[in-house]
Amino acid sequence: MKTLLTVSILGVALVAGTAQARDYDHVRFGVDVPYEPMEYRDADGELTGFDIELGNALCAEMGVTCEWIEQEWDGIVPGLLARNYDAIMSSMTINEERRQTVLFSDPYITIPGAWFAPAGSEIEVINEETLADKSIGVQRGTTFDSYVTDNYGGVASISRYSTADDMVLDLQAQRLDLVFLEFIVGQVTLLDAREGQFQVVGEMVTEPEEYFGEGFGIAFRQRDTALAERFNEALATLKEDGTYDEIFERYFGEE
Amino acid sequence: MEILAWFHELLDGNLIFTPQTLGYYWDGLVVTVQLVFVSLLIGLVLAVPLAIGRSSGRRWISLPIYAYTYVFRGTPLLIQLYIIYYGVVFFDGIQETFLWPLLREAFYPALIAFTLNTAAYTTEIFRGAIKATPKGEIEAARAYGMSQALMMRRIILPSAFRRALPAYGNEVIFMLHASAIASVVTLMDLTGAARFVYARFYAPFEAFIFVAVIYLCLTFTILFFFRYLEKRLLAHLRPQS
Repeated sequence: MKTLLTVSILGVALVAGTAQARDYDHVRFGVDVPYEPMEYRDADGELTGFDIELGNALCAEMGVTCEWIEQEWDGIVPGLLARNYDAIMSSMTINEERRQTVLFSDPYITIPGAWFAPAGSEIEVINEETLADKSIGVQRGTTFDSYVTDNYGGVASISRYSTADDMVLDLQAQRLDLVFLEFIVGQVTLLDAREGQFQVVGEMVTEPEEYFGEGFGIAFRQRDTALAERFNEALATLKEDGTYDEIFERYFGEE
Repeated sequence: MEILAWFHELLDGNLIFTPQTLGYYWDGLVVTVQLVFVSLLIGLVLAVPLAIGRSSGRRWISLPIYAYTYVFRGTPLLIQLYIIYYGVVFFDGIQETFLWPLLREAFYPALIAFTLNTAAYTTEIFRGAIKATPKGEIEAARAYGMSQALMMRRIILPSAFRRALPAYGNEVIFMLHASAIASVVTLMDLTGAARFVYARFYAPFEAFIFVAVIYLCLTFTILFFFRYLEKRLLAHLRPQS
């Protein structure tokens, strides 16, 4: 009787164990769209961007199929924990605060933040005095939100947006004096798309690491260490065989 | 002092409800109360003449008002808010007009949207109450030789307001709850504060349950206020004991 009990408990534990360390052959990515050029819809409505292409290439390398699920940024981590998708590949900066909640892959790209203002803005340097009483736009719940809130929340008024689109619209409408976002995203949506209307203000921001971390990573649930490991290996392979460089150049040119 | 010490102890060791985030909630409460109170007040003032016009026999008065209430009751408040907040900037040169300092802030477009919305609903509530005035009262007022205006002021409106009170109380509570959408246009109201805490600490339960409790308290305050008003103003309708 006792053995039977032990065996059945063992059996249950085994089943539970396999359920935990699931072997993925289909990976669902959570992604916040649009965030040009990292993830956006092209003229035909197809999902594309650096994250999307790299993600698809990683999946192909690993021999799994993948699927992209759109999710607004401020709910993107809870969505992962709630198993709406298995990973987040959406320009997510690796930092300590997030590491408490999710597991990160190796960084796949490093991108600085930058301040953007309408052309002819009188602001030339960024400090507490020049930002006094200015309205600053950030995307809610991003590391940039934390950075601006903690450093300039006392002097400037901060508007938080669910999507980067709305933020750009309000900068154009002159509701905002400045926005703070990833340099390449600002470059594509502000500098290139609306030439001459906007300018970069001050220096690129990559420090302190507390906010800007080590770069962008793919986020997984803490327990999916095996999956993260497979992604890291695939990433290393793509970097070696040149696929990574090819995708990088397509979006950011030679650099 | 003891309460303060107890409060500090309560806050110690939790990462979410720091004095800073509680400050956000407090600011959010102030914004929500301001927004809802002011829009209800202006909406109420607008609704009285609109309701009188809406129940007028002259179609050129009642039809435009009907069109207005139809549009604002027939579309979601969220859409109205988007149209007013993002729509105004598509008028060329609006940035140079005297209106811009107001429209630039998120607060005023939200206030305009909420005011127009509640005015439309309140107009219809009052119109119903005006229409339900007993014929006998109107005939009696005519028999006394009252003019239309005097009859409106002394007979129809006072009894219509009483009749409208319970329905209007509901409208006030609906407005409070509807105000939760203000955060989509960056306004840091109660819901905005909750979304901020949620996004920063990935703590949906703590952030939203806390804010839900605050909304509950506000709702009960409104409920008690209207119950008190009804007791006073509708005393003549209660069964005599």
